[in-house]
Amino acid sequence: MRHLDYPLDVNKILRTKKSIKKLLLLNDNFIEKKIAILGGSNAAEIKNILELFLLKNGIKPKFYDSEYNKYYEDALFGNDELDKFSPDIIYIHTTNKNIIKFPEPKDSSEDIDALLSTEIQKYTSIWSSLSKFDCAIIQNNFDYTDNRNLGNLDCYDVHGKTYFINKLNDEFSLNARKIKNLYINDINYLSSYLGIRYWFDQSLWHQAKYAVSMESIPELAFNISKIIVSILGKSKKCLVLDLDNTCWGGIIGDDGLNGIHIGTGTAITESYTVFQEYVKELKDRGITLAVCSKNNFENAKEGFSHPESILRFDDFTSFKANWSSKNQNILDIVEEINIGVDSLVFIDDNPVERDIVLSQIPSISVPDIGSDVVDFIRHIDRNGYFEAVLVSHEDLNRSQYYEGNIKRSKVQAKFKSYDEFLISLEMTAEIQSFSLIYLNRISQLINKTNQFNLTTKRYTLGEIENIALSDEYIKIYGKLSDKYGDNGLIAITIGSVKENQCHLDLWLMSCRVLKRDMEFAMLDELVKQCLEKGVSEIVGYYYKSTKNSMVSNLYEEFGFILTEENNEDTVWKIDISNYVNKNKFIEIKND
Amino acid sequence: MTREDVFNEVQDIFRDIFDEDEMVIEDKTNSDNVEDWDSLNHINLVSAIEKEFNIRFTLEELLTLKDVGAMVDLMLIKLE
Repeated sequence: MRHLDYPLDVNKILRTKKSIKKLLLLNDNFIEKKIAILGGSNAAEIKNILELFLLKNGIKPKFYDSEYNKYYEDALFGNDELDKFSPDIIYIHTTNKNIIKFPEPKDSSEDIDALLSTEIQKYTSIWSSLSKFDCAIIQNNFDYTDNRNLGNLDCYDVHGKTYFINKLNDEFSLNARKIKNLYINDINYLSSYLGIRYWFDQSLWHQAKYAVSMESIPELAFNISKIIVSILGKSKKCLVLDLDNTCWGGIIGDDGLNGIHIGTGTAITESYTVFQEYVKELKDRGITLAVCSKNNFENAKEGFSHPESILRFDDFTSFKANWSSKNQNILDIVEEINIGVDSLVFIDDNPVERDIVLSQIPSISVPDIGSDVVDFIRHIDRNGYFEAVLVSHEDLNRSQYYEGNIKRSKVQAKFKSYDEFLISLEMTAEIQSFSLIYLNRISQLINKTNQFNLTTKRYTLGEIENIALSDEYIKIYGKLSDKYGDNGLIAITIGSVKENQCHLDLWLMSCRVLKRDMEFAMLDELVKQCLEKGVSEIVGYYYKSTKNSMVSNLYEEFGFILTEENNEDTVWKIDISNYVNKNKFIEIKND
Repeated sequence: MTREDVFNEVQDIFRDIFDEDEMVIEDKTNSDNVEDWDSLNHINLVSAIEKEFNIRFTLEELLTLKDVGAMVDLMLIKLE
């Protein structure tokens, strides 16, 4: 029954919910749970749709509805019916429509603090009275309003509705961390994800006091069901991955380690890297990983030794790469790590494999992820398979490149001189002749770099391979890391050697690492290799393009002497017999 | 779309919402003569029709519709 999985078939669910329910009730082995819904707006349809999602997860709900908008009274002053019902779970469906009073323009900031505290107290008293049931309380936070008369100012002026809602939501989060059994149903995120325009339907609000649009009700119910499933300990625990065209692009057995797509550089390699990063995040917060792939074991294992692979062989608790059927391998994984087969999620780009596994092992979750890696994460994430109600330890290793950049620029402000800043970065570089494993990235960088590029000469992959293997060229790549992370392969220099001269056909660098002195480290290595080949003079060329004016004086900075000028194109030379290394801040680590 | 096409499509929606495959509606069908047609199902019907035909009823129109026939007539105007 795919329409209850991401992406939800919202119209089908709304229109045929009765027949869907009948179908779901054909299963057996339900656990029964008593769920009280305290609605701050009309929640009747939410209840009907929530029932479908719970039945799908093997939970048969018995509901108690508060009378419309009696949630506060029911919670605070008790109610015989609710007491007798004795709920296992209480869901409090409140939205921005239940906010008692938003700030007015005349209010002072003390007035607004008072409004906030009145609002918060209303909920803390609800939660504390409901604590007598000793049951889980699922509480909506607040969605943004569909209008904001202050415009953008609304989010930072104390009179803004957006500002007010953000404050309330912060307080809710604070309380949820402190109060055992209180769980936030994050409708603020959900409505943002769906779009507020889609989320709220003013006409429906006036007609029937629905605080969310009809189309959003299945999304809301789906979200609540994820929390309930997680509270009941029925979230998934293990992610089982195919390898070729799932963890990396290409086929490791055919293309070899150098041929698979993973890492930085091209759109394809990046998209697989992003997927691996998401998987790694799951692993770091306690999700077990396994591999199930049709491959030679050695080939499969080698894939994760790729220098740019985020996932490593050791990240997998169970690793099945062989030529047996995938369903058999999955049963072996289940036995090996001693886990229920219904705790598994299987990700494979091949629809045939997905169908076989699902047909042989119906209780496993196999999302219909399609074959484009950019869709994979959403299928895992939006289905909420690994919904957590508690993260036991925060593991914040591996910051991403851009996060690293934010930190770098923050740090920069604290230093007296730029040199001091560069020292603090603790930069290390790997600067070596081309190796086959990097040819794809090298080709990609050569063909997309425009700004820090002296000649803007383009090469095909074949030409680069020839250069890599030829003695007539000096060909150097540079990778730069610092204490905030790895920038990857970001600099390339190619020179052709003719007698005692080296002509620089190509000199480029990614703008990601501007002003880090990486170009000096590259020059040092170039000179070193030139001297080894008996070269005494280096000739540099600057060919002006529409985009590369930032490097028009690079050779001058390097200490070259201008020898020719043709319009704005220039030729430069340097005698390297007395060259002194220029790089002071980057430690070179070639291993 | 002819009136009959629209009417048949609307009937399909009724059949889905009330989960009765054999349900037959007429021009004079309204909430008084269908047992399950409560306010909740009313909203579900209107919303499914709006979705299916990609039209929107105003609040005022919703208050004045007295039966299925009147609704189909209004739909035909909107669909033109």
